[in-house]
Amino acid sequence: MQLIEGEKDQILAIVGEVLKNSPKQREDLIPLLQKVQAKLGYLPALAMEKIADGLNIPAADVYGLATFYNQFRLNPPGKHQVKVCLGTACYMVGGDITLESFERRMEIKEGETSPDRLYSLERVACVGCCTMAPVAVVDEEVEGKVTPTRVDGIMLALQDEEKKNEKELKSNQEEGEDA
Amino acid sequence: MSEYVNITIDGHDIKAKKGERVLWAALDNDIYIPHLCGIRQEERPNAGCRLCFVEVEGASRPVTSCTKNVEEGMVITTRSERVDRLVKTAFELILSDHNLKCRECPANRSCVLQDIAKKRKIKLRHDRFKSIVREFEIDDSPAEFAFDRSRCVLCGQCIWADREEAKVGAIGFTKRGINRVVTTFKDLPLAESICTQCLLCVEACPVGALYYKKNESDDSNKNSEKNS
Repeated sequence: MQLIEGEKDQILAIVGEVLKNSPKQREDLIPLLQKVQAKLGYLPALAMEKIADGLNIPAADVYGLATFYNQFRLNPPGKHQVKVCLGTACYMVGGDITLESFERRMEIKEGETSPDRLYSLERVACVGCCTMAPVAVVDEEVEGKVTPTRVDGIMLALQDEEKKNEKELKSNQEEGEDA
Repeated sequence: MSEYVNITIDGHDIKAKKGERVLWAALDNDIYIPHLCGIRQEERPNAGCRLCFVEVEGASRPVTSCTKNVEEGMVITTRSERVDRLVKTAFELILSDHNLKCRECPANRSCVLQDIAKKRKIKLRHDRFKSIVREFEIDDSPAEFAFDRSRCVLCGQCIWADREEAKVGAIGFTKRGINRVVTTFKDLPLAESICTQCLLCVEACPVGALYYKKNESDDSNKNSEKNS
C-alpha cells in the first residue's frame, strides 16, 4: 500500500511516541501493536519495522504476529468499509459467493484496500442476524440477502455517492474561486 | 548427585546426561524415534510435529519425547499401539498438504518424510485426509537456492538456522492454520529481504522445500560424460 502525503511523518511520530511510553520486551509486542493500530487505524509496514527496531527483534517476527491475529489489519480502512459475513448460516447460503462478487467489483482481495482508499473489504464471522443470510455490513449498515445482483446495487450506490461528493467538492471549489 | 541418569529405552539400559531430553538420548544410542521439528539446543521445544511420541512407564498417555526430560529409572517404550496411532495420524496430516511429486523433488531419497514412512511403515499416499496441496510461486530469487513452499512441512528448522546460527532474522512463520507459511517480512522474495544467502537454512531443511538450484554446468558435464 502506497503511503499518502504526510503519512510517513505521522507514522514515525506515533510509533516513536508509543515506543517511548511502553516497556520494550518481546512480550510487550501485542499491546504495542494494539496501541499503534488504535492511533493509525492499521499497521503499515513502516510501523512494523520501527517497532521491530525498538524491541530489537526481527521484523519478520512482528509481521508473523500481525498476520496471525485477526484483530490486526495491514491495510488502511477504506472510506467505505464492507464486511462480508462467513459465519455458518451465511456460508451455507453462499456467503463466499457474495465475498467473491465484492472482490470482483472492488478489484481487490479480502483484507485489502483499494489504491484510492475508497473501499476496503473484510470477512467477519457472524454479525448476529442469520435469518437475513447472506449478510454484509456496509459502513455499519447491515444488508441482508446479499446476492451478487445486490452486490452490484450496493456498489453502484456507493459509487454514485462518491460521484456526488466529487461534484459538490468541485462546485464548492469553483464558488470559492469566484468569491 | 551424579551427572548421569540411568534409563531404559526399548529394553536397552542407557546412561543419559542429566537434563537431556528423551528424544536425543534415544537417538544418541541409535534408537529411532521419528521427529521433524526437534532442535536439540532449543530451550522450549516447539513440539509441533507430533511425531516423536513414546510411552513412559507410569504416564497415563504417550508423551512427546522432545519435551520429556530423562529421569532416573525411567522406562521408555518407543512403540505401542497408542503411539503408532498418534504418529500415523500426525504423519498423514503433515502429508495432507504436502506436494507429493517426489520424483520431481530435489530431496527425493534423502527426504526425512520418506525415511519416516519407511521406518514406521506408513504409506506416503493415503486417502484418510483430503489432500489440500496449495499452489505457491517458487521463490528462486537467491543465487544458489530456491524455496518451494508446497513442500514445506513447517518444522521451523530453517528459522532456527536463520536466527540462532546465522543471526540474521530474515524469515519467520506468518499467518495461521492451513495458511501458515515460512516467509520474509512483507512476503518479499528472499533476495530482496535482509537474507544474506548464507545457505544454512538450505542445509537445515529436512525435506525439499529449500534446495540448491541445479547448476547448469553440472548438467552439461553429466551429459557429456554420458555421451563419451
